[in-house]
Amino acid sequence: MSFFDALRIAVRAIVANRLRSLLTLLGLVIGVSSVIALIAVGQGTQKGVSDQIRGLGTDLIFIEPSAAATTQQGTGALLTTTLTQADALAIAANGNPAIQAVSAHITGETQAIAGANNVGAESVFTSSNYAEVRDLEIAAGSFIAPPHDNAGSLVAVLGSRVAETLYPGIDPIGQEIRLSFLAGRVVFAFTVIGVLQEVGGAADADDQVFVPLTGLANRFRFLYTPTGDLRVTQIDVQTTPGADTSEVKQQVSDLLLFRHNRTDPDFTIESQDDLLDAASEVANTLSILLGVIGGISLLVGGIGVMNIMLVSVTERTREIGIRRAVGATAADIVNQFVTEALALSVLGGIIGIVIGVVASLLVDGQTVGEQEMTTVIQAWSIAAAFGVSAGVGLISGIYPAWRATVVDPIAALRNE
Amino acid sequence: MIRLDGVRKTFTAGETQIHALDGVSLEIERGEFVAIMGQSGSGKSTMMNIIGLLDRPDDGAYLLSGQNVAGLSEHARARLRGTAFGFVFQSYSLLPRMSALEQVELPLIYQGVRDRRRRAAEALVRVGLADRIGHRPTQLSGGEQQRVAIARSLVVDPLVVLADEPTGALDTATGHEVMTLLSDLVDQHGMTIILVTHEAEVAEFAQRTVRMRDGQIIEDTGAEHAAHTVNHANTSQAT
Repeated sequence: MSFFDALRIAVRAIVANRLRSLLTLLGLVIGVSSVIALIAVGQGTQKGVSDQIRGLGTDLIFIEPSAAATTQQGTGALLTTTLTQADALAIAANGNPAIQAVSAHITGETQAIAGANNVGAESVFTSSNYAEVRDLEIAAGSFIAPPHDNAGSLVAVLGSRVAETLYPGIDPIGQEIRLSFLAGRVVFAFTVIGVLQEVGGAADADDQVFVPLTGLANRFRFLYTPTGDLRVTQIDVQTTPGADTSEVKQQVSDLLLFRHNRTDPDFTIESQDDLLDAASEVANTLSILLGVIGGISLLVGGIGVMNIMLVSVTERTREIGIRRAVGATAADIVNQFVTEALALSVLGGIIGIVIGVVASLLVDGQTVGEQEMTTVIQAWSIAAAFGVSAGVGLISGIYPAWRATVVDPIAALRNE
Repeated sequence: MIRLDGVRKTFTAGETQIHALDGVSLEIERGEFVAIMGQSGSGKSTMMNIIGLLDRPDDGAYLLSGQNVAGLSEHARARLRGTAFGFVFQSYSLLPRMSALEQVELPLIYQGVRDRRRRAAEALVRVGLADRIGHRPTQLSGGEQQRVAIARSLVVDPLVVLADEPTGALDTATGHEVMTLLSDLVDQHGMTIILVTHEAEVAEFAQRTVRMRDGQIIEDTGAEHAAHTVNHANTSQAT
């Protein structure tokens, strides 16, 4: 019996039991498409997280107060931080050719108010080189300039979303913005001098307001340590392109330990690569988890095929008997049932791939909750899902097919 | 062409052993129309299954065109069954949802024959169903379904057509037509037919009658080939 004949018989049997074939297919389609779509979501999340971290700028090293300190929220963190603006200046003044720029800042939750509009925003108290270090592009006006650093000017640069919310349809440059601190107990007015370009995605910069650090420090004396240094909650070190970040990390760490007169660090120092690795690991775990869920549904779909084939063999005992009587060998019968199972699973696999890919493309760029979904369709996931589906089909076909050959043709022919 | 020599077949049902065939010897020549008669349980169907290679004897020899086929492998028996035998069963044994033409093509598929559509159509014409080629079993009368089954048995140009109670499910008139068709195949085309039946009227169409009881042949009207068989039957009858 030729392959074509076997396929024709298989297609006839599949078409003859339309509803049943459809339900079987459904199991496989759901399995294959969920493997593809879930892996695409997992990989997309991984890519999204990586992009977000890379979007912070290139070759950055972040220094923050150590974990014990940062667990305290808001002003608490600010009071326990041991990092100071002097630390940042010392790192910059060290003359290390691998360091391009150093920027220190304090962040705090604020309410931004302009006229009748107000929005919750994160205030970043920083210096003029922050934009360069963090790779921020200005859309209108200008960023904090070096003169502002020293003058303690009350000027503000807005993230794109803050600007849109507070000044719908108005040019924000030159407008007044009020920022309320310490749960509304203190409010200062600033003049808007610039608006940033939209960064997009889940990046923070769109929801931030940037003001000169000294402007704030002049008004909050508690920001200074008893020895007169200005406390900061984070120091960003930008390394020169091509520099060995892990070496710079070590040098900066040594300097800070010396300055703080400690042997164990009271700060954490992480390069962008460290963050990338940590985030990738989390996203990878998510990918694997999603893949496993998809795999399980594929397995269930495969068991469905086996079940249907077993029922089909039992139901078609008489047919098997007739075929044996007209000269079908045991191999012909195996061939028939395996081909049928394989045809079902290959068809299910193809439909599953189409649905999985289309679903992945549809989900890409959609916002679920506050999170923008990114999907990356992986060729290997398509190949694996299809391979598993065809393999499952083959295995699901072989056992029932073997059962079919054990059918005694005489008994089968008596079976009415 | 067909020669059974001392063939035995025993079935075990629980504790009891049933000797379905208890040392049967029989010879059938090309072009014969033989009716095997007997009550149910006489072993006639078992004998047909063994002749048609659907079953194998426990003991004894089975020569088909001089070749001992009793010891053939399952695979070889299936191949030989497809080319050497055509089966007609009481229950028509047609597959649902297939046209008459496809039913008749079926044996040719397993032999890998090329122009099977033409050969199948010819076989249907031979049994007088030229105008029923595209009909499915549900669209055919019982007599027509049995004719399709006969066409399917003829399409491989078998050595022997084995008909197991071919009229069992038909009314008398239709059964008569089917038997006439089988007789014509023998008379006009030189076909060899072995017919299993318990009806004397049906057996009358055959040229030779073999009677069975309790797994043994008790009478064979084909005197010249089967003298020893008759003798054997007589002796067993006497005991």
